[in-house]
Amino acid sequence: MDAFQQLLRTFFDWKAMGAIVPNLLTVGLPNTLILAVSSGILGTVLGLALAMMGISRHPVPRWISRVYTDVFRGLPAILTILLIGIGFGPVVRQLTGSTNPYPLGIAALTLMAAAYIGEIFRSGIQSVDKGQLEASRALGFGYGASMQLVVVPQGIRRVLPALVNQFIALIKDSSLVYLLGLLSSQREIFRIGNDAASNSGNLSPLVAAGLLYLVLTVPLTHFVNFIDHRLRTGRQEKKQPDDAAATIGTEHLL
Amino acid sequence: MSEFSSGSLTGKNLHLSFGSNHVLRGIDLHVEKGTTASVIGPSGSGKSTLLRVMNRLIEPDQGDILLDGKSVLKDNPDQLRQRIGMVFQQFNLFPHKTVVENVALALRKLRKLPKDQARAQALEQLDLVGLRHKADARPANLSGGQQQRVAIARALAMQPEVMFFDEATSALDPELVKGVLSLMADLAKAGMTMVVVTHEMNFCRNVSDTVTFMDVGRVVETGSPEKLFSDPGTDRLRSFLSDVL
Repeated sequence: MDAFQQLLRTFFDWKAMGAIVPNLLTVGLPNTLILAVSSGILGTVLGLALAMMGISRHPVPRWISRVYTDVFRGLPAILTILLIGIGFGPVVRQLTGSTNPYPLGIAALTLMAAAYIGEIFRSGIQSVDKGQLEASRALGFGYGASMQLVVVPQGIRRVLPALVNQFIALIKDSSLVYLLGLLSSQREIFRIGNDAASNSGNLSPLVAAGLLYLVLTVPLTHFVNFIDHRLRTGRQEKKQPDDAAATIGTEHLL
Repeated sequence: MSEFSSGSLTGKNLHLSFGSNHVLRGIDLHVEKGTTASVIGPSGSGKSTLLRVMNRLIEPDQGDILLDGKSVLKDNPDQLRQRIGMVFQQFNLFPHKTVVENVALALRKLRKLPKDQARAQALEQLDLVGLRHKADARPANLSGGQQQRVAIARALAMQPEVMFFDEATSALDPELVKGVLSLMADLAKAGMTMVVVTHEMNFCRNVSDTVTFMDVGRVVETGSPEKLFSDPGTDRLRSFLSDVL
């Protein structure tokens, strides 16, 4: 019973948890969301560009996209964040006079997310039937317009679940920017939980931080399942029998 | 159905190879303004490829293409394709757009018509193929025959001078074939210039003005349907006809 009590106090010390809730909600939550949403949006834009380069008819953009993707998908997130966040600090300071590591954290998250999102987009775009591009070109649209109006919108629709999964990963990976030494007002959910845990020698604040992550990510995973289901089954009406021949008077010819 | 401002189309000595595979070996095909040319032949004979070369979806290695007597090989291929409508075996409607949006897309983006005007014109085209009441449905909710008629309306909306049909009824259930064929016959009667790659021998015989028989990338025989069907001049056409009729 003693052991159980001890575990309970280690993980679920309600007082310690309650004490950091205001900080988690007013500082941690906004920072996590800013990091995840901004790198998610930037990563989507960069990822789409990488996907278009990846399916280009010219070898140079294809090759650039390939190397980029292999590098940023192949490195551990923690390594990329340290290399970008710390390595580029002096350059940013020289250029802007700012020592704020926050934008570099967003940049590192963006670069990693773009590698994954680019691959997601590429597979989605390549899964669109070749006849779609052909039909669009036959109408008189150029390659770029056909991609933009016909192929890419269909490809993106198919990979929405994978994109949301990627966004969930970003929410979790955003915790790694704590390594860059942020100001106290810049701390995200994990860092606030971690600081409180090391100050009090009790893990409950980290558990509280974990619960807040789950509040963000669990609804998103269910949202993925929902759109996945919707995309697979659609809201289709039943197929209807063909109308009578559109015109009359020529049947005898057939 | 109204008259069309159609034109004549000529392919001269068209050659195309994919690597060592010589798909077209010097094809000549002439379609007089307002007439229908059927192209028949066994699969792999290059019929569908010929259509794609004639609207430059695939550039020929050699030869010339004339629309209304003028060579179009120097023109912008995108602009050439606005003048030649094409209907595919698999319909290839855009599934993420409604029926009327499928028809209106090129009007809006290529003809630069305002949205309501493009929609109005698209609805007129749908009227022509008897599917105005499906304007706001998604293609996936239509039968194959309906989808193909929408695809025809989509191509007609650009007021093409020539229409290509690439085995337009091959993917349809038998009971849906007739509606599409009769629509094609109506277009032919209304004076559209048409090139029809088909396995429908009755359509070929009764609707087309000329029939061209292709085999392994060459034109084997060409002439009136009466001549080709009742008095084939080569053994290859004779054996092909005995296989399909």
